[in-house]
Amino acid sequence: MHPFAYFEPTTLDETVALLARHGRTADLMAGGTDLLVEIKEQIRRPAAVINLKKIPGLADLTCDAATGLRIGALVTVRTIETSAEVQKLYPALAQAARDIGSIQIRTRATIAGNVCRASPSADTLPPLIAYGGRIEMVGPSGPRSIALESFFTGPGKTALADGEIVTALVLPPQPEQAGSDYIKHGRRKAMELATVGVAVALRRDGGVCRDVRIVLGAVAPTPIRARAAEVLLEGSTPDETTIAAAGCAARGESRPISNVRASADYRRAMVDVLTRRAVAAAWERTR
Amino acid sequence: MTAPITTVAMPVTITINGEARDLAVAPFRTLLDVLRNEAGLTGTKKGCDVGDCGACTVLLDGEPVNACLVLAVEVDGRAVTTIEGIAPEPDRLHPLQESFMALGASQCGFCTPGIIVMAKALLDRNPDPTEDEIRFGLAGNICRCTGYTKIVEAIRATARQMAAAGQPRE
Repeated sequence: MHPFAYFEPTTLDETVALLARHGRTADLMAGGTDLLVEIKEQIRRPAAVINLKKIPGLADLTCDAATGLRIGALVTVRTIETSAEVQKLYPALAQAARDIGSIQIRTRATIAGNVCRASPSADTLPPLIAYGGRIEMVGPSGPRSIALESFFTGPGKTALADGEIVTALVLPPQPEQAGSDYIKHGRRKAMELATVGVAVALRRDGGVCRDVRIVLGAVAPTPIRARAAEVLLEGSTPDETTIAAAGCAARGESRPISNVRASADYRRAMVDVLTRRAVAAAWERTR
Repeated sequence: MTAPITTVAMPVTITINGEARDLAVAPFRTLLDVLRNEAGLTGTKKGCDVGDCGACTVLLDGEPVNACLVLAVEVDGRAVTTIEGIAPEPDRLHPLQESFMALGASQCGFCTPGIIVMAKALLDRNPDPTEDEIRFGLAGNICRCTGYTKIVEAIRATARQMAAAGQPRE
């Protein structure tokens, strides 16, 4: 690795000051599983690396039916994968966490790092958006929070401003009779980037579904909502015909590219299949 | 105040296989390189060096990590267990090492240290894993010789032996 200066700030104020001093020549490090690879492969050549792991409180995780889920910026993917509370209340997120890399990677990698990396195929993004998640940041002009849905602006690009640091991801409490699912499609089961990922979150209201959110990963420059598919399901009974229509609509909303992992046509076909399966599985979980 | 730990080597104390080691390491060096070059422990292998192959798997405070994706300076004050440190005593091997030999689970051997360390982490958490659980757990360890069948068999055999012997897994 090329040489860099290394900092271990112990407060957010210090970190913000360090970022202000070093500007874009500094990179923040949480888990480091993407950053160190990019430095080794000379995709990035930071003059300074600012390790966030010594900042107290950033690794806190709270998950509660009444208050929701709060994921500090240093909470690892493995912690989310293995949390019994997250598995129970936010199963699509726990599943997406389980689908990332290997145990060794997940032990180091953070959810916030997966978010900031903003890969179009990142597994945790569709469920975080489907659950209505928000992202909290702090910078020179103080703290702010925005919906994750509007955080991603392009491949590797986010609404994070220069000098800002992500501090937490916050998901609202789950409604009564909630159901959700995430399905990742790849060429193999593990150590794989998603060819297509689909997350669905909804709730049961008698015989119909409400508050339907369908988020597609790896089929556009950022994760996208399949809004036409959501509208078809909203207030409807998700029977076979309705679910098939939703899958078809989601397929039409996807904007995939062809690359080494799959063709655009194949991705569109899989959006249809996975959307149908994920809606059915989410609905089944509301029982 | 933020200590501006520059590119110059900084002193760290890492407990490696139970022994506190005082080392001077530059911040851009990985735990893997420091284990192999400064600590002289070459059992931990450098395969891909980007977290894909698992040959560099070590335990950091008991949890499996790719040593190639950990900065050595981050490990100051923490405990690392490598393949050299899993045997219960100098003249005895860990049951996983015995099973790998007895069942032919190692061919060229390059991936074996990482796989055995990962398998130890699995058995520490789950003493009686199914084949699916073993395969899921070893997803980040690549072997290009064996086809994995004998590796999985050796890990299952170890779990059975350890259960039968009722011995602690440390």
